[in-house]
Amino acid sequence: MLILFVLIVLKHIFVLLSCVPMENKNLELLEEKFQQKIDQDIKIEPNDWMPDNYRQTLIRQISQHAHSEVVGMLPEGNWITRAPNLRRKAVLLAKVQDEAGHGLYLYSAVETLGADREDTIDDLHSGKVKYSSIFNYPTLSWADMGAIGWLVDGAAIMNQVPLCRCSYGPYARAMVRVCKEESFHQRQGFEIMTTLCKGTLEQKAMAQDAFNRFWWPALMMFGPNDADSKHSAQSMKWKIKRSTNDELRQQFIDVTVPQAELLGLTIPDADLKWNESTNHYDFGTINWDEFWQVVNGNGPCNAERIEARTKAKENGLWVRAAAMAHAEKQRERTKQSA
Amino acid sequence: MSQQEWPLWEVFIRSKKGLNHKHVGSLRAPDAQLAVENARDVYTRRSEGISIWVVLSNDIVASDPSESPELFEPADDKVYRHPTFYDVPDGISHM
Repeated sequence: MLILFVLIVLKHIFVLLSCVPMENKNLELLEEKFQQKIDQDIKIEPNDWMPDNYRQTLIRQISQHAHSEVVGMLPEGNWITRAPNLRRKAVLLAKVQDEAGHGLYLYSAVETLGADREDTIDDLHSGKVKYSSIFNYPTLSWADMGAIGWLVDGAAIMNQVPLCRCSYGPYARAMVRVCKEESFHQRQGFEIMTTLCKGTLEQKAMAQDAFNRFWWPALMMFGPNDADSKHSAQSMKWKIKRSTNDELRQQFIDVTVPQAELLGLTIPDADLKWNESTNHYDFGTINWDEFWQVVNGNGPCNAERIEARTKAKENGLWVRAAAMAHAEKQRERTKQSA
Repeated sequence: MSQQEWPLWEVFIRSKKGLNHKHVGSLRAPDAQLAVENARDVYTRRSEGISIWVVLSNDIVASDPSESPELFEPADDKVYRHPTFYDVPDGISHM
């Protein structure tokens, strides 16, 4: 009897000891298989097994992206009532509505990862999750609508096109939809700039002023230099990210400089010049202090943006509750009459 | 006041007559009617559809990806289900 007891105890100890390495071994195997799928360009879909870090990275990135679309409506919404004519107003309205749509595609993608939509929105309001720092700059003149469409949406397209090939299916599909719509945004912005640059001296000066204010922040949209980007290497390995921050920034500068020249605008960078040996433009040093100040909440409009979003949620609460109550009442009625 | 979230709906769009409805994404709405109206605004702003289906996400039953091998294996070893399995003599046409 005693021997049996000792045996049972020994067996338990053995099982306990072997369990931990077994689980680790299983996890390693799963992770290896997962990476193989990624390497073979097989998309990951919501119910597939994925490493917890992959899930968390995507939740962070997609929710930040969704918040950026939604917060991005504020600086442009500022000019809807003051658009110079009906055509411009209709175009700007359509653009801002698109941004809302982009936010919704992305919230729907983030929910496929098991994140709760309202929780992610609350994380934005509490400051736990960030959004693109560009939207913390004010829109001081109508020309800013041109500069934003041309530069900010232009930079967004540069960032988003590679994301259409992201390894996570729902994110990639949302990005395909977003990219299709984004090119109208950039063109309408460039059209505003073209019109202003062909206009009176004052209008041209407005365009130059907007360009001066948005050029550097647009370059910052690509994020820190590769050497300082803490998530880059892993995200590249997982194919969440397909190009590095510095590659995309260089690509943006190379295509945008000739466009600025065509408009007759001066690039606010004394160090900018074509480099024949690299076939790229060299450019000056980005003010990373400013970037981190804005990211960490100290930009010109951070507080205003978060306040506007928080108010929108709070003020809409009774509408959402009433719609829900109405739906429940309708269901009850149909049940009774059936 | 109720803090209850609106339910999640899956959206399917028929892009033109003659084609199937295809899954395009999801959205939140309090009831079916508003789900259809929101789907129009979110997923068909550029005439992407002529018909919309919405279904509560909770009502969808999906196969388990971890069981896919067993589930789909029976089809893998039946090459004779494909026309290319059969030899057709030279000179035979319309087959």
